This record gives sequence, C-alpha cells and structure tokens, in this order.
Amino acid sequence: MNVLAIFKKEFRAYFASPIAYVVLTIFALISGFFFYSLLTFFSLNSLQAAMNPALAQGLNASEWIVRPLFRDIAVTMLLLMPAATMRLFSEEKKTGTIELLFSYPIRDWELLLGKFLAALALYAAMLGISLLDVAMLGSFARLEWGLIVSGYIGLLLLGMTFLGLGILASSLTENQVVAAVGAFGVLLLLWVIGWSAEAAGPTLGPILSHLSIINHYDSFAKGTIESRDVIYYLNFTFLCLFLTLRSLESKRWRG
Amino acid sequence: MIEADKLTKYYDKHTAIRDVSFKVEKGEIVGFLGPNGAGKTTTMRILTGFLPPSSGTARVAGYDVLTESLQVRRRIGYLPENVPLYTDMKVTNYLEFVAEVKGVERGNRRHKIGEVMEKCGLAEVRRTLIGALSRGYRQRVGIAQALLNDPEVLILDEPTIGLDPKQIIEIRQLIKALAGQSTIILSTHILPEVSMICHRVIILNNGQVVAVDTPENLTAGLQSSTKLRIRVDGPVDQVGVALTHLPGVLRVVTEDETHETVKSFVVESERNCDLRREVSRLIVERGWGLLELRPADMSLEEIFVRLVTKEAQEVRA
Repeated sequence: MNVLAIFKKEFRAYFASPIAYVVLTIFALISGFFFYSLLTFFSLNSLQAAMNPALAQGLNASEWIVRPLFRDIAVTMLLLMPAATMRLFSEEKKTGTIELLFSYPIRDWELLLGKFLAALALYAAMLGISLLDVAMLGSFARLEWGLIVSGYIGLLLLGMTFLGLGILASSLTENQVVAAVGAFGVLLLLWVIGWSAEAAGPTLGPILSHLSIINHYDSFAKGTIESRDVIYYLNFTFLCLFLTLRSLESKRWRG
Repeated sequence: MIEADKLTKYYDKHTAIRDVSFKVEKGEIVGFLGPNGAGKTTTMRILTGFLPPSSGTARVAGYDVLTESLQVRRRIGYLPENVPLYTDMKVTNYLEFVAEVKGVERGNRRHKIGEVMEKCGLAEVRRTLIGALSRGYRQRVGIAQALLNDPEVLILDEPTIGLDPKQIIEIRQLIKALAGQSTIILSTHILPEVSMICHRVIILNNGQVVAVDTPENLTAGLQSSTKLRIRVDGPVDQVGVALTHLPGVLRVVTEDETHETVKSFVVESERNCDLRREVSRLIVERGWGLLELRPADMSLEEIFVRLVTKEAQEVRA
C-alpha cells in the first residue's frame, strides 16, 4: 500500500507544479507537428501516385506515417523525460524532506517503485496524447493495428529505460540540473553508440550495436516483438533501479 | 524506552559523537542540551534510523535501530530540524499522505487527522498550501505529522527554534500536553526551555555526554552555597553588618546600585540552608524596607557554561 501512497503523492506533485503541464503541452505540440508534416508528405505522395500506379505499390499509412511518427516520438521523449525524472530524489535531498521520508516505515524499494510508477504514468499519459493522432488517422486510413500495438509496447519499454536512468541520476545528486543533464547525456550516448557500430569492426561492432538503446526498438517498429529486445529493455531498467536502491542505501550510510 | 549504548559516529575524519550512552524511561521528557555542533542532531538521526552509527547500538521501544529499523520507524514520530515539508501540498493532503505511509488504517485516517489538527491548532489552515504557511504553522504541521501514528517515542529536533515568543509558549504547552502518551526527546539550546519542560537533561558537548540529571539536581549539585538576593531600603553599612552577623551566613556581597539608600545584597549561606525567614525578620524588625527577596540559584546557563568550559579545559590539559 505504501507504493500506492508514494505513487499518488508523486503523481499529484507533477500536476501541482508546472512540470506535468509543460511536458504534456510541449509533447503535444511537437508530436502534433511531426504527425502533421508526415501526413502532408504522405498525401502529397498519394496524389502523385494517383497518376503513377507503379508508385502506389509501397504506399501505406502505417509504413509512411505511424512508423516514422513513433521514431520521432522516441526522440522527443529522450529530450523530455530527464526533465520529468530529475526532481524525484534530488528535490527531496535538497529540501531535506528525504530525512522525514526515511523516518516513515517505508521500505526503500516501495519508495522507489512508487516514484518510478508515477513517472511512468506521466509518460503513458504523453503516449496517450499521441494515440489521438493515430486514432484520427485510423478513422480515414487503413492501418495495421498489430504494428501500432507493438510500436506502443516498444515505446513503453524504451521509456522505462529513460525513466530508470533518470531516477538513478536523480538519486545521485541533490542538484536537479545535474540530474537532468547527466541522464540526458548518458541516454544520448547510448542512443548514438550504435551509429559507429559498422565502422567499429567485427568484434566491437555487434557489442556497440547491442548496447544502443534505439537499435532494440527496430523490431517493435517492424511489428514484431522479439524477446531479446524486451529483455534488453527490462534488464536495463532493473539495473538502473537496482543501482538507485544501492545509491539510496549509501546515502544513508554516508550521512 | 530508549537505550543508547556507546554510540559513535564519524564523518570522514571528523568525530560527530563519541561513546554517547543514555537511557530514557517510558513517559519521560528528556532534553538534549548543547552548543551548536555538539552532536544533538546526529544522535537523533541515529535514533530515527536515518544515520547508522559507526559503532555502538541503540534500541528504541525495544527494537534495534539498525537491524529492526522498520519496527522502530513504526513507533516513532520525528520532527527534523528546520521542518522539511512538501511546500506544494495542502495541509490536509500532506497529513493524508503521512497517515497512509505511517500505516494508519483507512477507516481511522480521517478521524486521526482531525484529531492531530485539533491538537496542533491547524483547523483554520487545513486547505492552505504548506509553502504559504508561517513558520509557526509549519512547525505545527511538523509536529502534527509526527503524531499521526500515536508514536511511543517522539523525537523533536529544536522544536521551538525560529518561533516568536507566543508561538514558543504554545509549542511548549503542546509538548507538555503530549507527555502522558509518548516518551519525548527534544533538543534545544534554549536553556530555560529545558528546565520548563524536561524531566531530565542530557548535556552534550563536543560529541560527548557531559552530564545527565534533572534540571534541579544539576543546579543544586554544582552549587557550593545557597544564595539569596535582596534589595533593602536602609543605611547600607548597617544592613551589611547586620546581615553578616546572621547565623549561617558565609558572605554578603553588596551590589552597585545608583539609588542612594536602596542597595542590593547577595547573601551566601551554607548549601541547603534556607535563610529567607531570618533575613526578612531581621530587616523588618530594624524598620528598614524589604523591597525584594528571592533565591539567586545558579541558573542553568551558568551550569551549562561551567560544564562546557570545564570540558574544554580538560581537553586542552
């Protein structure tokens, strides 16, 4: 029950401060813009395809709009989520409220899980906004819903890694800016690390490509859910949360 | 209720407290007294489980603070120094959150919250954001959250710091009123506060326990003589001589005063020898005016300074 209490408190805190509104609005604007530009590009191509039937072969809304939209959403989240996780522990440390929190009969993992789930709920709410775009598209175009479901599952798993790393960074410092920049920096590095995979040679290449957080998203984008990718994301998240627990403990030991 | 055994805490090379041992019985109000940096907060943090001791053990309500932390935390209420609260929450929402994590049963929560708000005088600010509250109200919210689980042990770190005199009196009354239900440890560096509310005092200095006793015993024990302060309207020399000749009087000290005939005297006598009757009778029989007569006990301030400086001298020697 403690997890629920922490979850409620944190989720409310998002909406008691401007954070939730800013993050949700910016996300709605950016994802809406991506959707709009992908849609106009697609309809332009459709018009041309009407005159050239050969072109029309590869044209379908799922491939041309939804899949790139999801990828754009992933990038947007990479930019936004560190801002949503940065306060979770840093603020409590800075203001000293963590001392009171630690004096309550709450286990560390309950505290952590409650905070993680609150951030995940905010993330899910953001994904929910993008669902409006997709649903609208679905009302006049034929979509492959399997691909959409797998895409969302992928985004959710990918988001968990963002949140996990963000919370870890937040538990390591009492400065929110440091927490946000730290989380963003590491995520970006893990994102681009795969780009150099081809040039890195036969041994290092696959390792780099496996480390890359976005490479694991490819299968979800194609409409398949591969266990190795699911496991990668879950492992990544668990590792971050585990390290956060250790960091909370060490905070106590060091005083 | 609380047993601390040789608690020691190092921060890197600096020793915050060294071999701090004490016991607090059920229902007692005990005051931690000491200058800033004496180790009061560190000791309290160890008792709440926020900090582990470098060595030594402590038991609160029968549970070890280190190995049975969760059991301890169920039974304590804690008010940290500076009262860290969530400023973006309303008072009721905050207390609801605390009641939930402190394990107050769902059906009982509303009642319990109402009860502590009543006790702490928070009814009129229930819908106010904590960030908008005055210092005094924040302190009360801090005490209210500590009380929600009917704690067996209340640990209050500087509960009256930063309050105005009226608020200080209110908070002290509140603490006194809680005495029946909980064992209370509070820290302070306001000395009169200790003699006003505490049954016993633990004086800490440089991370060590310097003295443990009741405020009265501390005052009496360090005094070698009993002193009376009197103001008399009458011929100074004669009064002085007459006082000196009273049986039991060791010394009479005249204090400077600008008024011509009114003088203050401090009459020192043997320890535990009460001369108030004799002195007043003497002055009245001689026809002088007795304007003031009061025991001039060594104040807790003096004792404190003496203990703390004695300690400092020993360290130097």
